[in-house]
Amino acid sequence: MNILRNLFLALLCVPLPALAALNVFACEPEWAALAQELGGDKLSVVSAITARSDPHRIEARPSLIARIRDANLVICSGSELEVGWLPLLLTQSGNDRIQPGSPGFIEASQFVIKLEVPKVIDRALGDIHPGGNPHIHLDPRNIAKVADVVSARLMELDGANAATYKSRGDDFRRRWDEASKRWQQAAAPLKGVPIVVYHKDFSYFINWAGMREVGSLEPKPGIPPTPTHLAELVERMKRAPAKVVVYSPYNSPAAADFLSQRAGIPKAMMPFTVGGTPKAKDLFGLFDDTIERLLAVNK
Amino acid sequence: MFRQMWCAAALAVAMLPAYAQDATREEVRKLKQQVDELDKRVQDAENAAAQASAQASSRPQSESALNPAVSVILNGVYGNLQRDPNTYHLNGFVPTMGEVSPPLRGFSIGESELAFAANVDHLFRGTLIASITPEDTVGVEEAYIQTLGLSRGFTVKAGRFFSGVGYQNQIHAHAWDFTDMSLAGKVFLGNQLNDDGVQIKWVAPLPFYVDLGAEFARGRQFPAGPEGGQSKNGWGAQTFFAHIGGDLGTSHAWQVGLSHLRTNPRDRTFDDSDSTGTSVTNSFTGTSRLWVVDGVLKWAPDHNPTYNNFKLQGEYFRRSENGDLTYDTAGASLGTMTDAYSSRQSGWYLQGVYQFLPQWRAGYRYDQLSAGTTSAGLVNSGALSAADFPTLNPYNPKRHTAMIDWNPSEFSRIRLQFARDYSRQNEPDNQVFLQYIVSLGAHGAHRF
Repeated sequence: MNILRNLFLALLCVPLPALAALNVFACEPEWAALAQELGGDKLSVVSAITARSDPHRIEARPSLIARIRDANLVICSGSELEVGWLPLLLTQSGNDRIQPGSPGFIEASQFVIKLEVPKVIDRALGDIHPGGNPHIHLDPRNIAKVADVVSARLMELDGANAATYKSRGDDFRRRWDEASKRWQQAAAPLKGVPIVVYHKDFSYFINWAGMREVGSLEPKPGIPPTPTHLAELVERMKRAPAKVVVYSPYNSPAAADFLSQRAGIPKAMMPFTVGGTPKAKDLFGLFDDTIERLLAVNK
Repeated sequence: MFRQMWCAAALAVAMLPAYAQDATREEVRKLKQQVDELDKRVQDAENAAAQASAQASSRPQSESALNPAVSVILNGVYGNLQRDPNTYHLNGFVPTMGEVSPPLRGFSIGESELAFAANVDHLFRGTLIASITPEDTVGVEEAYIQTLGLSRGFTVKAGRFFSGVGYQNQIHAHAWDFTDMSLAGKVFLGNQLNDDGVQIKWVAPLPFYVDLGAEFARGRQFPAGPEGGQSKNGWGAQTFFAHIGGDLGTSHAWQVGLSHLRTNPRDRTFDDSDSTGTSVTNSFTGTSRLWVVDGVLKWAPDHNPTYNNFKLQGEYFRRSENGDLTYDTAGASLGTMTDAYSSRQSGWYLQGVYQFLPQWRAGYRYDQLSAGTTSAGLVNSGALSAADFPTLNPYNPKRHTAMIDWNPSEFSRIRLQFARDYSRQNEPDNQVFLQYIVSLGAHGAHRF
């Protein structure tokens, strides 16, 4: 009994982590990183997925329901990117704070200008998102816009720490605007460079950097690469070669390898999101590394 | 006048070069600033216009935008069976009067599902799933409201819904990994149990998943029904369940559950053919208690199921029934007789499905039931013989099932399934099914 009692007392003495004011549940790592920048130790942030998971396809795991149950704020890309799993998490959560329409729910893509909003909605065209391309985070201007929204929401949800969020937000925006200028200059040589993507998840970067998308390894959005489509792409690349073929950490490199070898185009894995490469430790690293990797193959 | 001013300015410039240069610089700087500002304004206006057009294009064109998410599931089967599915039964177990038979021989469409779902307001979400059978009847598979406005992990569902008993029961047929239900699901839940009632569920505030739930329902179906709760205030079926789940690293996720279904069937009938070869209707009145242990383990490397993934799923059912068995309720053969009846029966299945290539999956399932111990007073007392209840003669059905399916997109699946089914005593059945399942419309989320 004594041992048990001592064990119990010992457990009581284990230092508990400092209690965060708000629990933030981010659907994707980029929003987790943003929340971390803006809230620091006032927040306990989790990301539903890692950089190696495909945000379209993950499952509504029990652990995610457990996490979203206690969330004060949910930040997701939206525009139906998470339609296969997020609605289920929301209805199973038993948490009224984070239902769509409440202050605890941020659909990031609603605050930016979306690209590739389809004029025709037909699944024969692949898994297209009626609201436009949801992979908005690879344009630094979009991050800035969403940062302002998140800062404002943090101040609203946790008034006691509003001053902290304000100063962290201002500081982030200052650093981000500086970095954005730097990236603008660094990415100048990428203007007009033809690029082949795996999935339409790189469009916002292409748009920002003024690159030119000339093909995708997927025959249609969400449909895995097929031999016929790749053969066709190789032929096309022989006539009008792209400078680089890119893919994300959650894509298999096989299709990019194939195109790269057959058409003699360099391939490059992009970090895609925070944690996608060792250098992409935070949002700054994400853009640094993305630009660096593209410049390296564009020599 | 302006010209004079310009002249004066020019003179001034000529006369005071040093000062003038400074002034010009100042002027140029100011102009540049103005240009920059204008530039910015134009840029802003352009952005606003682009935003407006982006929003305009994504803005719903009609009031249909507020209408619920609609989806349609279509499925069709070609069946090649050694034995006629119309004579299908599971020996050793009380028939459930549910739709437990395998798909028909030849071509047939399965049930087509029509689903509507939307948030009603900030407090409720509503779902209706209707099924249209190949026989041209329409059934309500699920029709329920669910709370959105509760906190602290609570959700309440009311209406008709698939019961939370076991694991597979809550999953719609179009999302099953095999064409048909497990044998255990067929004998213990009448294929799939959907009842009218209320479900209360609570998710615990823990770093891993724990839920507790209870359902109070009418008891309109086997094992309670059809008479179980027909004319009764209160409820005819109660279900209690608990689940624990979590992750093992990033690549594995698991969940185990325990559930208990309590019903008190009243005049639950089944048809049999007695020792004289006459078709008779028998009935059971008493208590039915079902326990289910279920588990599922999913592997997806780096939480990315796109290329390879594996799902292992199993359930163990154990049921005890105590009460009275009435033979020949209509007095069609040897006369109506009633005596005590009790049974302890069990069954389980284990299945694994592996996605070995993107779009391609293969799976195997093993089913086994144990007729366990059954004691019928009418037989023990010698009033009737075991031959008067051929369906209840102890027999342990089993089945092997293998399948391979191709999933060109998230919305379509074509499956080939082969089963060797020992549901009928001494009559093994080879079953081959070629099936398509497609979904149109809204992109429904699937349960874990």
